[in-house]
Amino acid sequence: MSDHILETSVLEVGGLRKEFGELVAVDDVNFAVPQAGSLAIVGESGSGKTTIARMIVGLERPTKGRIEACGQDRSTPARSSGERRRRGREVQIVFQDPYTSLDPRQTAQATIDEVLRLHHGWPADQRRERITELTGLVGLDERQARALPRALSGGQRQRVAIARALAAEPRVLILDESVAALDVSIQAQVLNLLADIRDSTGVSYVLISHDLAVVRQLTNDVIVLHRGVVVERGTTASVLDDPQHPYTKRLRASVPRPGWKPRRGTLLATGEES
Amino acid sequence: MSTEPLLHVEDLTVQLTVEGRKRPVLREVMLKVSAGEAVGLVGESGSGKSMTARAIDRLLPRGAEVSGQIRFAGQDVRTLEGAGLRAYRNKVAMIFQDPRAHVNPVRRIGDFMTEALRTNLGVQAAEASKRAVAMLDQVGIADGERRLRQYPHELSGGMLQRVMIAAALLTEPQLLLADEPTTALDVTTQAEVMAILDDLRREFGLAVLFITHDLDLAAAICDRTAVMYAGQIVEIRESALMHSDPLHPYSAVLAAARPDIDSTAHRLAAIGGRPLSAFEAPDAECAFAPRCQHAIEICRAGLPELVELDQGLSRCVRAAELRGRLATALTEGGQTGE
Repeated sequence: MSDHILETSVLEVGGLRKEFGELVAVDDVNFAVPQAGSLAIVGESGSGKTTIARMIVGLERPTKGRIEACGQDRSTPARSSGERRRRGREVQIVFQDPYTSLDPRQTAQATIDEVLRLHHGWPADQRRERITELTGLVGLDERQARALPRALSGGQRQRVAIARALAAEPRVLILDESVAALDVSIQAQVLNLLADIRDSTGVSYVLISHDLAVVRQLTNDVIVLHRGVVVERGTTASVLDDPQHPYTKRLRASVPRPGWKPRRGTLLATGEES
Repeated sequence: MSTEPLLHVEDLTVQLTVEGRKRPVLREVMLKVSAGEAVGLVGESGSGKSMTARAIDRLLPRGAEVSGQIRFAGQDVRTLEGAGLRAYRNKVAMIFQDPRAHVNPVRRIGDFMTEALRTNLGVQAAEASKRAVAMLDQVGIADGERRLRQYPHELSGGMLQRVMIAAALLTEPQLLLADEPTTALDVTTQAEVMAILDDLRREFGLAVLFITHDLDLAAAICDRTAVMYAGQIVEIRESALMHSDPLHPYSAVLAAARPDIDSTAHRLAAIGGRPLSAFEAPDAECAFAPRCQHAIEICRAGLPELVELDQGLSRCVRAAELRGRLATALTEGGQTGE
């Protein structure tokens, strides 16, 4: 999934590597995300999936490799606030925990307004209009839009975080386990919302997840990470229907579903856990 | 089930005082677990599933107001004190979501595992260690003697949870209360821990109350599943039938809202609103009615009772009438939004 989509890809990562001391957390990872596409990065703890997300948004510096968003390199820190803002309009991130990712003293409206002022410099009435659009898009009502995070539920806070990310009008949205902490009935609402947003805005998604059912629902392509290395890649449907790598097979077999029976010995057999 | 079940919870209502106000967290919970039976207790946040387990294990916060009955092997659990309560806790063991929060980080695994044996049951230290090593072997930890000398931080999350299970089983309990024991684990580790739990409960004839938010996970090891909403039991049903033939609209919603790993849905069968906590629930109408696509006037006319239907129980006044339509109504319907 590299050369033929080079021209239309909005995010490209090549030869990406991250070392923490002796540990190689991410080892020679390559992928490209086309405009309006959606890529899942699947893995368990220690797979390096979150480290990749953090490098893309500039929270970690790669040891080696290339990260390009919209044709612009971002593998080294931004050298000016202008460049940092430009990067913010290319890629935004929504984190896992809706309880710690918002400023507790800011209402949803103020949270979004801050991003609009910073990135677009619009006059107040234009910002107000856009805030109404964005809160409407993520399904927050008037009262919720004026509420502080503590008055909102987990699902509502995650909607605020999504609206805040969208306010910068990014080309790519990184969803770092963004629905993992939500209750089942709320998770379904947010997954439907994310599908609607992609249809209406053409934003691309990079979904960082351990949950293969969520991956199936939201993404077209997938890479499977195991201890920092990509062990399998392809369309989400083909990888999940017919996994080739032993690790992907094991991951697939471990997912609870109707009629599922857990079996012993998979961890010991592969020498996991020490 | 004519004989007395091992655990019998009846009309259990619990109120806590929060910021000077009394708030119900459980409302007339009914639950039976027979000897050797595994029962799933499934619900979303605030449904009261963990609080039910805490009430059964007598771990409610101080000042909790409790009414109703909890009987274990015919004994009234609520009046137990001192030695009686300690003896009860040897028979009813509990494991938690985050093993690290329930183990003393500066004590060795061996001290932790053998404590109950030594102090409550008077087993000699050497014998207690021997039993601990044997039990570690049962949960798939081969080098038990070395593990007993290690500290919790030296073990991975999955390994530590297996240690917790082994420790819980050492006093030969009759009932295991398992509160989301695999939620914090990786998927592959979860599968392993679930398989171990299932093996051991059969081997030891152990009854299990398995608390989770995941219907499919509960169904994997539980004969029956109870679904909670807003502090109440809304359905109890054979686990295998929860997906295909649920008896309460909320159970049908829980089953259908989860994305399917085998196919991509155009839209998920999402319902609006959010799960209610017990204290927000109305006293005199169905708590699920505001989010229920089947709700009609009668649903708001009174608090529904748990009624028997096809060897299950449902707290829906329309249960019999809607039977067989609940699962399909959702997957075909286009309900969305909040």
